[in-house]
Amino acid sequence: MNEVQKLKFYQKGTLTVGNRLIDERERNVQASLDRSNSLTSGHRACQGCGEALGARYAIDAAMRASERNLIAVNATGCLEVFTTPYPETSWQIPWMHSLFGNAAAVATGVAAAMRVLGRAETRVVAQGGDGGTTDIGFGCLSGMFERNDDVLYICYDNEGYMNTGVQRSSATPPAARTATTPAMGKEPGNVFGTGKFTPKIAVAHEIPYVATASVADLHDLEAKVTKAMGLRGARYIQINVPCPLGWGAASQDTIKLARLAIETGLYPIFEAENGYITHVRKIRRPTPVAEYLKLQRRFAHLFRDGFEDPRVAKLQAMADRHIKDYGLLEEAA
Amino acid sequence: MLHQIEGSKAMARTIALCRPQVVCAYPITPQTHIVEGVGELIRVGELDDCEFINVESEFAALSVAIGASAAGARAYTATASQGLLFMAEAVYNAAGLGLPIVMTLGNRAIGAPINIWNDHSDAMALRESGWIQLFAESNQEAADLHIVAFRLAEELSVPTMVCVDGFILTHAVERIDVPDQAAVDAFLPPYEPMQSLDPADPISIGAMVGPDAFTEVRYLQYFKQHTALTLIEKLAAEFEQRFGRQAGGLLRTYEAEGAETLIVAMGSINGTIKDVIDEMRADGIAIGLVTLVAFRPFPADALREALARARDVVVIDRAIDVGMGGPLASNIAIALRELPDPPAMHSAIVGLGGRPTSKASLHRLFRQAAIQPWEGPHFLDLNERVVARELHRRGKTRRVGPAAEGILKELEKERVEKLAERTS
Repeated sequence: MNEVQKLKFYQKGTLTVGNRLIDERERNVQASLDRSNSLTSGHRACQGCGEALGARYAIDAAMRASERNLIAVNATGCLEVFTTPYPETSWQIPWMHSLFGNAAAVATGVAAAMRVLGRAETRVVAQGGDGGTTDIGFGCLSGMFERNDDVLYICYDNEGYMNTGVQRSSATPPAARTATTPAMGKEPGNVFGTGKFTPKIAVAHEIPYVATASVADLHDLEAKVTKAMGLRGARYIQINVPCPLGWGAASQDTIKLARLAIETGLYPIFEAENGYITHVRKIRRPTPVAEYLKLQRRFAHLFRDGFEDPRVAKLQAMADRHIKDYGLLEEAA
Repeated sequence: MLHQIEGSKAMARTIALCRPQVVCAYPITPQTHIVEGVGELIRVGELDDCEFINVESEFAALSVAIGASAAGARAYTATASQGLLFMAEAVYNAAGLGLPIVMTLGNRAIGAPINIWNDHSDAMALRESGWIQLFAESNQEAADLHIVAFRLAEELSVPTMVCVDGFILTHAVERIDVPDQAAVDAFLPPYEPMQSLDPADPISIGAMVGPDAFTEVRYLQYFKQHTALTLIEKLAAEFEQRFGRQAGGLLRTYEAEGAETLIVAMGSINGTIKDVIDEMRADGIAIGLVTLVAFRPFPADALREALARARDVVVIDRAIDVGMGGPLASNIAIALRELPDPPAMHSAIVGLGGRPTSKASLHRLFRQAAIQPWEGPHFLDLNERVVARELHRRGKTRRVGPAAEGILKELEKERVEKLAERTS
C-alpha cells in the first residue's frame, strides 16, 4: 500500500473547492497559518471521527472570532474522553469538564465570572454530544437558553451514546440499530415516532441564534460559528458528525455520509435568529434516503436479502417532510 | 451592629459582606429566604459586583457555581433536603475539582414521606462527598460561620457547607450582631484561586484520571481535610480575637468538667440541651455537653480527648441511617474505640422531620442512659403504641398500602379513642 494518493484539483464553482484555488480572504480558518490548533493532534479519537473534525473547525473558528480569548466547557462524552486522558490534554485553550449533564450551566457560571471580573471580552463555548445535550443536559441547556446567558453551545450530534458503546439517544433516527434498540423482533431498531430535533426546540426559546451545520460543509460550519461569536446571549449550533464506529460505516465515508444526510433531506441545515428561520441551505443534488442508509450497518436490517424493508419508505417520508417544511429544494425556474 | 432580625436575613447580610461574586438561586424551603435576602441586597446596590443567577434546578445552581469558581470568582449558593440530593453529582464534583464554593444547607428531612421540617438527613446523606461540613448552634453562629467558611474554603481550596437547622434557625427572629464590612474584609482577603480558566494561561480542568493517579488525587483530598482540622481551630481563634465572640472551631464543651455523662450533639438542639444540663446540674447530676461544630472533617482526636473521662456518652443524632443507626453515633463509636477504657456510648435518634424535642424528654433520656442503658439506637418520643398497632395490621395482610397513610390512620384512631374516653 505504498501507492501515493493522486491529488484531485477541483475547479472553482464545483461542490468542493480546494482552498488554494480561492482568494485568501475567502479561505477557511483551518487553511490559515495562524489557526490556533485549539484541539491539537495526538488525541485518541477513532479513525474518521466526525466529532473530532467538527470540534477542531468549530473551536478554531471561535478562537479566531474571539481573538483567542476563549474558554471551553465540555460535557462528559467521547470528545472529553479522547482529548483529556490524564496527564495528557489535546486542548490548547482553557478547558473544563465537570459532569455529563451540566455543561450549559457550568458555562453560564464561567460567563458570569468573566462579567463580574471585568473580563467580558473573554468568550465562553460549551460543547457536548447529543446525549449530553438533548437528553441528560437538556434541563441545563433550556435554562441557559431562557436566561439568554452569554454562551455558545455546540452540540456534536452523532445520533447516539457512542462513548458508552452505541446506545440510543433522543437524537437517534428511527430504525437505527443501537445496543439498546437492537435489530431484533417485530420492529427492529429504533422506534418510529420517538426522538426530538433539539434545534427546533432551541428556536422556540427565541434565542439570538440557532443553526445546524455539518462536517460535510466546513466553510458553512466556520461561517456559522463566526456569526454566532459575533452575537451576545444564548446561541446554539448543532453539527451533524457521523460516527464510523456507532453507525457501522467505513471511516473514509464520514464526509460522504454527512453530505448524504444533507442531500437526502434527513438533516436540514438552517439558521434561525430570535425565533425565526432566516436561512436554509438548499439541497444541491436530491438523493433518495436508501443511498444514505445502505452505507451504514446500523440500517443493514432494512436491506436484508436484497429486500427493501417498507420502513425505508417511512424514512423517505421523513426526509420529504423536512424538504417541504424547511423548503430545502431550489424553486423550479 | 445588633439587629432584631430573621436568621436567614442575618445570614444573607453576612454573606453579602463576604463579597460573593456569583450567587445562584433556586427556591427550596427552608433556605429560600437566604438567597432572596442576598438577591435584595444586590438589587438595592448594597452588594456590588455580584451576578445573581436564577437557575432552573439545584443541579444547575451548583453547576453554575462550579463554572464561576473555576473561572476565578467567589461563588455561593444555598439549598436544603431534596435540593441537595438533586445536586448530589455536582456536590461530589465540586469537591473532586477542589473548588472553594460555600453553600448554606438549611437542614431539612428527606422524603418520602415528604416533609419540609428540620432534621439532619440531608447533610448526613452527603457526608462523604468531600465537603467541609460545619454545624451552627445559634443564628449568630450561623451568620458568623459563613465568614469563616469562605476563608477556610479558599485557603484550602475545598468546598464548605454551613449547616443551619431549617426553621429553628432560618426562620427565627432574634437579636443578631451583623459585623461591619471593614471587619469582614480584614478577616477575609479577596479570592485568590489555586487554579482558574484563563486564556492567558490555558489549562485543562477536569481531565479523565485512571487507576494510575486516582488514589493520589483522593489522598490529597483526604490530606486537605486533615489539614482543615488545624485550620478550623486557628480560624476560630482568629475570629474570636477579631470579632469578640466564638464561632466555629471543631467542638465546644459545656459543663464538661468532671461530668460523668457527656452529651454529644450538633446544631440548634444544643441550646435546649444546655438548659436541661443546667437543671440537672442543679439537681447534683454530673452531666455536660460536647457541641460538635465540624462534622467533616471529623475531629476524632479532639472528641476522644473531650469524652475520655466520661462514664457514659449520649450521642444525639438528628438523622437515621435506617440500615445502621445514628450516623453521628457510628462516627463517635469509631473515635471512642481507641480509648483504653472507653465510656459506654448510648445512641439516640431525636427530632426527625421537625418533631419538637422537649426538655422533659431529654431529662428522661439523659437519666435513663446512666441508670437503664439501652441497646442500639433509641428513638426518642417514639409513639410505640401506634407503631405496634401498625405492625400488627401489617402482619395480617399483604396489601397494606403506604406506610405513612397507615401511621396517620392509626394516629387518628388513637385520637378518636382518647376523645371517646374523655367524654364517656
